[in-house]
Amino acid sequence: MRDAPVTEAAPEDEAAGPSVLRRSLYVLSSNPVSFVALGGFCLIVLAAIFGPWLAPYDPLLTDAAKALQPPTAAHPFGTDQLGRDVFSRVLVAARLDMMISVAAVTLSFFVGAAIGTLSGYYGGWVDRISGRLIDTIMAFPLFVLAMGIVAALGNTVENIIYATAIINVPFYARVARAEAAIRRDAGFVLAAKLSGNGGLRIVATQLFPNALPPMMVQASLNLGWAILNAAGLSFIGLGVRPPTPEWGIMVAEGANFIVSGEWWLALFPGAALMLTVFTFNLMGDALRDIVDPRKRT
Amino acid sequence: MGWLQNARMVGMRVAHAIPALFGVVLVTFILTRALPGDPAAYFAGPAADERSIQQIRETLGLDRPLPEQFLLYLGDLASGDLGVSISTGQPVLEELARRLPASLELTLGALLISISLAVPMGVLAAMHPGRPIDHLCRIVATAGVSLPTFFTGLALVFVFYYVLGWAPAPIGRLDFAYLPPDHVTGFYVIDALIAGDAETATAALGQLLLPMITLALFTLAPIARMTRGAMLQALGSDFIRTARAAGLDRRRVVGQYAFRNAMLPLVTTLGMVFSFTLGANVLVEKVFAWPGIGSFAVEALVVSDYAAVQGFVLTMALLFVALNLTIDVLYTLIDPRIGSDA
Repeated sequence: MRDAPVTEAAPEDEAAGPSVLRRSLYVLSSNPVSFVALGGFCLIVLAAIFGPWLAPYDPLLTDAAKALQPPTAAHPFGTDQLGRDVFSRVLVAARLDMMISVAAVTLSFFVGAAIGTLSGYYGGWVDRISGRLIDTIMAFPLFVLAMGIVAALGNTVENIIYATAIINVPFYARVARAEAAIRRDAGFVLAAKLSGNGGLRIVATQLFPNALPPMMVQASLNLGWAILNAAGLSFIGLGVRPPTPEWGIMVAEGANFIVSGEWWLALFPGAALMLTVFTFNLMGDALRDIVDPRKRT
Repeated sequence: MGWLQNARMVGMRVAHAIPALFGVVLVTFILTRALPGDPAAYFAGPAADERSIQQIRETLGLDRPLPEQFLLYLGDLASGDLGVSISTGQPVLEELARRLPASLELTLGALLISISLAVPMGVLAAMHPGRPIDHLCRIVATAGVSLPTFFTGLALVFVFYYVLGWAPAPIGRLDFAYLPPDHVTGFYVIDALIAGDAETATAALGQLLLPMITLALFTLAPIARMTRGAMLQALGSDFIRTARAAGLDRRRVVGQYAFRNAMLPLVTTLGMVFSFTLGANVLVEKVFAWPGIGSFAVEALVVSDYAAVQGFVLTMALLFVALNLTIDVLYTLIDPRIGSDA
């Protein structure tokens, strides 16, 4: 838990302006890997936005004459069993994978923030009920719970997002609750209460902004895990259906060809997935170093 | 401290697990009944007609109010009735019981490997911050959590089966050339050793090795990271400084004073590692065609075999609660401070 000074109204206020940038650069410069991660992150975001236009081939275009070709100059990542260009498919898949994980993390961010700040501020039965709810989610192995949710709600991409969001809610709710609980009796909260603000308003305008920095860190650390989770679900055949290009399902399809030596089908989407998650984790670490220097490892 | 007090504290830990257990059962119930769609149609499977769906609705008690259904569900659970799997036609409980040892053999083996590698690595990294071992630990920790388990597994299959030819084909627990050993523990390697059949034991171990390493690689990272953090904190504390200043033997300071104190936070965070491991287990089983409960669930998901999936989710959750309870009990026994204020 972060024992930040409890008197500040909004943490950005005092540190606003160029000093934040300078301090961030200072912290990052001690760990040059962060800049590499930042570069990688920009590349992935560009691929997610412009992927469909950058792809040299149509990711769904099949060509039986060119099936299962190893990487060549024309097809840098080779072709799959239907003659589709693996490079184009990997590139186009970036958007779907990013969309699933960003949507899931955003959902759990806000739901977790609401549950956490409310239970931290009100305490009592609100806290007890939400605590029970969160404990119950955490009583399951999370990936297994996600499987169960997708199986019950139905096998669609939206339900992958909901399932990934639900299993991530506890992490955000815990951070938000701790942040709200240490400030519920702080001077600025009491002042806001005294000037006639209602409970919900205080939670939304006073407590939530203060919980933001650690929650942002949580979100960036969480994003990589959310991608892995979603890709894992599609690997076992949930959510995304072929022929839609998505990294998890591409690895699953490529898995059948590994034992006969066609390694490029699974390697490239798998490597893309791995590098994306790795980049996101490094970014999360860097962001944590900036926001909370004491947790630096 | 007497054994009676110990027993009382262990009993309290067990009592603490009951709400979690109740929550797990409630959620599994909700996942089947209170959600959109007709559960009777789910249980009947895609090939069922209107009459058989109605029949299933009545036998499952789905025409009664929800609280009553929940009680019926509890009764079914108590008598071990998890329904019938539509894909295999067998009772789900039997299927799960038959496949559970395969999953346990894989999961426990992987945990054993990763703990015995990651804990020394984390301790060494914390003892030599900034040295090569520390950097290695950091790289392993960050890269390890970024590895998609299913991808690592495939990469290992490609290298060790296809390229090098060292590993056997990824076709399950035992090659067709061998007969499974007599059932004692359900763990093929141990059972074969008990039967004195070294050849079968070696074959079973060969099949087990790659999936076990895949899963171990995945769990290595969080354990190494947590060990390093806990050790750093313990080594930085006042009592270590005092012990060092008093001129105590370095091995004793690190091994006894610091390590035993670092063990406690480590043991509590193992719960998260179990959660990851049980989830990753499903993916590894699919990659290696391992006949455990994970691959059973994956097959069931594809054909919407709902009773099977539900039984699987419940079994995994119970396993997780049991693992956490074991950890809690161990923690109670390791740490004498707990209990004095409980």
